[in-house]
Amino acid sequence: MSSLIRSTAAELAAKIAGREVSAVEVAQAHLDRIAEVDGAVNAFLHVDTEGALAAAKKVDDDLAAGQAPASPLAGVPLALKDVFATEGVPTTCGSKILEGWVPPYDATVTRRLREAGVVILGKTNMDEFAMGSSTENSAYGPTRNPWDLDRIPGGSGGGSSASLAAFQAPLAIGTDTGGSIRQPGAVTGTVGVKPTYGGVSRYGLVAFSSSLDQGGPCARTVLDAALLHEVIGGHDPLDSTSINAPVPPVVAAAREGANGDLTGVKVGVVTQFSGDGYQAGVLRSFEAAVAQLKQLGAEIVEVSCPSFDYALPAYYLIAPSEASSNLARFDAMRYGLRVGDDSTRSAEEVMSLTREAGFGPEVKRRIMIGTYALSSGYYDAYYGSAQKVRTLITRDFEKAFASVDVLVSPTTPTTAFRIGERANDPIAMYKADLCTIPANLAGTPAMSVPSGLSDEDGLPVGLQIMAPALQEHRMYRVAAAYEAARGTVYQDVPELAVAR
Amino acid sequence: MTSVDELMDYAEVIERFDPVLGLEVHVELHTNTKMFCGCANLFGGEPNTHVCPTCLGLPGSLPVVNGKAVESAIRIGLALNCEIAEWCRFARKNYFYPDMPKNFQTSQYDEPIAFNGWLDVTLDDGEVVRVEIERAHMEEDTGKSLHVGGATGRIHGAEHSLLDYNRAGVPLIEIVTKPIAGTGERAPEVARAYVTALRDLLKALDVSDVRMDQGSLRCDANVSLMPKGTTEFGTRTETKNVNSLRSVERAVRFEMTRQAAVLAAGGKVVQETRHFDESTGSTSSGRTKETAEDYRYFPEPDLVPIAPSREWVEELRGTLPELPWERRKRIQQEWSLTDAELRDLVNAGAVDLVAATVDAGATPAEARSWWVAYLTKEANARGVELGELGITPAQIARVVALVNSGELTNKLAREVVTGVLAGEGEPEAVVEARGLKVVSDDSALEKAVDEALAAQPDVAAKIRDGKVAAAGAIVGAVMKATKGQADAKKVRDLIIARCS
Repeated sequence: MSSLIRSTAAELAAKIAGREVSAVEVAQAHLDRIAEVDGAVNAFLHVDTEGALAAAKKVDDDLAAGQAPASPLAGVPLALKDVFATEGVPTTCGSKILEGWVPPYDATVTRRLREAGVVILGKTNMDEFAMGSSTENSAYGPTRNPWDLDRIPGGSGGGSSASLAAFQAPLAIGTDTGGSIRQPGAVTGTVGVKPTYGGVSRYGLVAFSSSLDQGGPCARTVLDAALLHEVIGGHDPLDSTSINAPVPPVVAAAREGANGDLTGVKVGVVTQFSGDGYQAGVLRSFEAAVAQLKQLGAEIVEVSCPSFDYALPAYYLIAPSEASSNLARFDAMRYGLRVGDDSTRSAEEVMSLTREAGFGPEVKRRIMIGTYALSSGYYDAYYGSAQKVRTLITRDFEKAFASVDVLVSPTTPTTAFRIGERANDPIAMYKADLCTIPANLAGTPAMSVPSGLSDEDGLPVGLQIMAPALQEHRMYRVAAAYEAARGTVYQDVPELAVAR
Repeated sequence: MTSVDELMDYAEVIERFDPVLGLEVHVELHTNTKMFCGCANLFGGEPNTHVCPTCLGLPGSLPVVNGKAVESAIRIGLALNCEIAEWCRFARKNYFYPDMPKNFQTSQYDEPIAFNGWLDVTLDDGEVVRVEIERAHMEEDTGKSLHVGGATGRIHGAEHSLLDYNRAGVPLIEIVTKPIAGTGERAPEVARAYVTALRDLLKALDVSDVRMDQGSLRCDANVSLMPKGTTEFGTRTETKNVNSLRSVERAVRFEMTRQAAVLAAGGKVVQETRHFDESTGSTSSGRTKETAEDYRYFPEPDLVPIAPSREWVEELRGTLPELPWERRKRIQQEWSLTDAELRDLVNAGAVDLVAATVDAGATPAEARSWWVAYLTKEANARGVELGELGITPAQIARVVALVNSGELTNKLAREVVTGVLAGEGEPEAVVEARGLKVVSDDSALEKAVDEALAAQPDVAAKIRDGKVAAAGAIVGAVMKATKGQADAKKVRDLIIARCS
């Protein structure tokens, strides 16, 4: 295996900037790796070989011309979740209904990556319209977890997390509506960050649930995630919900945290996130992580957030409600799939047939739930009540952060489950996001950092660290200190049985 | 279905029922850009040229509120004596229709920007009716469908439809009245007078083109009847496609006579949308609203709330122009008009035109005599608005000047105006081309007089005998010979001089 593909983004960027290695070589090494293993992993829906090599060449040319690197990540390859619009490159959101759609514009995240000289290798697989926790809901087949190809890589951003674990890319972008960055990070032994809502522009991110969706960085190390965070973050006038404030100093925090000293940091353990439904090995890993934080000088206290118990049901009203409206535009009129247009049928019939054929069962389920929850006569009982729960959860966070700097919990109650295991049990599937959803409802930042392997099945476990809005640097500091003390996990992934 | 509606005689309608009106007026703002994106806000244009990802509703696109549109909405609200919300939101109105790119309209629902206002409306005889305003809210316009094939130009029966999204996302303000009751037989007139007053107000505010023919001002008329002596509102119908002030009055009147006939026959008025037909003056059934459409409104999560500061609102109050009725009062004093003269001026829709003509040099009396007395007849004969006749106040002022200088007689002046209306160019060009200059050349006139006297020697003899009244016959002959281009008084003087 080429050492280039096992390098961190920070290392690659330094080598490219120092002209020890060309960006084209780095891109080619990753494209080769994708060609080698993606038949088994299925992390990518579209590999943009030509675009990636052209972008890499531009970085090399600029450096050769004596220009300074466009960013601290110039020339580093990246895997982009297929939910971001990419001009000239297909964007499907893992759905048949968008098969063949080539956006005429770039998402703000896409544009910022290009401007930073980041080399976009391709678009990664995902649960259809980001609805799911296993990537099994992709219309283009499931992505497999490089730690065990019979298991899920998490979801909805399973393609992004798997591409990191399989060394197909050192960096990836995900989106997190209820845990779709953090849960895949946890089950693949990688780092995933959901920024503060409004911290990363949603312009060009195909909406699932507008008030919850948030793009964020995925990487194999905390520092790499921080470097990527600073490239994609910051105010965007094209997104009204974008926060007009500087990106929190997350790179500095990651570097500071790597010194391993957490003296004076108050860490709250959320008591709601344990007990029934939590795998014993996950809880043991979490306890060990808390002990490690204490060893690093952090003060540990227990914090109760009673409203978190209602987060999951509230989420499954708010997210489907918004989705039912957001997904209404997929009607066969202007782009994407069109079914039944044989000049005998009305526009209404074509819309209906297209949506019937184009959406998968989970998407339809959520459209139905959301349509119902917003119906007159039911709105107050469902959508209205869910919004009240949301306010209570925000208050629980505020109360907690009045006394602690960060909160911690397991990222997800179990390690990666087997493909198919929960496919017919939506409730069991939804529970994968039990610990991650509160931060989405409150709009606060949270991340998952690997906390080793579960002692019972040898699979990765994630530690979730949560912070108040725009205080991402707090969680990056804690994560970096923890990572420095316990070590990364990604290097222990078994060699892929490529012949599969 | 082309059954002819039974209608009740209007006098009988009034004897037996009390009408209740509700008027919804949509105004397209003439801001430079659209409501939620930077596309040009222009009427017409090659189809689908003023479009971008946002107003096309492409996946991933996001709206950003046009600040100028909010400003216009607040100014309209203030001019309508409304309260201005301290905090309000947009909402999504969800329904499927091909000319609506997102299949939801971004509108306002229970939190309008302006509410609880009133507008005093002056009827033709000077009576003032106060119309209470329920709300004025912001929303976006839809695209336009052109239904090809089929007899009606409507979607039913069409072979296919063409969609133009240039209008999609154009800023709209919807102004809704509270129920207008107690106007009895004058209800149709009140409806017209209200829309007229609103149009004048919006024009004075310079927020819209207010062209009913181009759809920048659109009125939906809700009409219901309740039997005399009762107080419970009857079932209402909503009539759309009312494209002129006159149509507003006709549509209301038609609905009153139609509904009365239905009720008198023991039937029930169906709650439905009806379509006004300009050519027949009747309404026909459109969508039935028996199963009330459920728009599943919910707060638009892609936009942040709007919270206009009180300082800003007061600043905008300071920018309100002289309101049309205040201006009328001032004009009445300045021009010394009687109430009846002012009313004629206003009813003719000629205030602005007369004022501009006065500004261009005519006296108020001269200007009024042209616009109110003469041109109003011309406009009525052609079925157009006074301002659309094709002659400008400056042109009228020049014609007046030509009369005052003796170059035109009043009769010739009317011919000049006729020429201008026929598109023959500026007044001077018409005079030239039609050879309309007053014949003031004495030798030419003397020759004509001599010829006339020679042709009627008996009449000439009578004049010589001192029977001056007989000169009339010779004047007539001279005028005929000079095609009316001579000054009759001058001709008469010449005849008498020749015969003495």
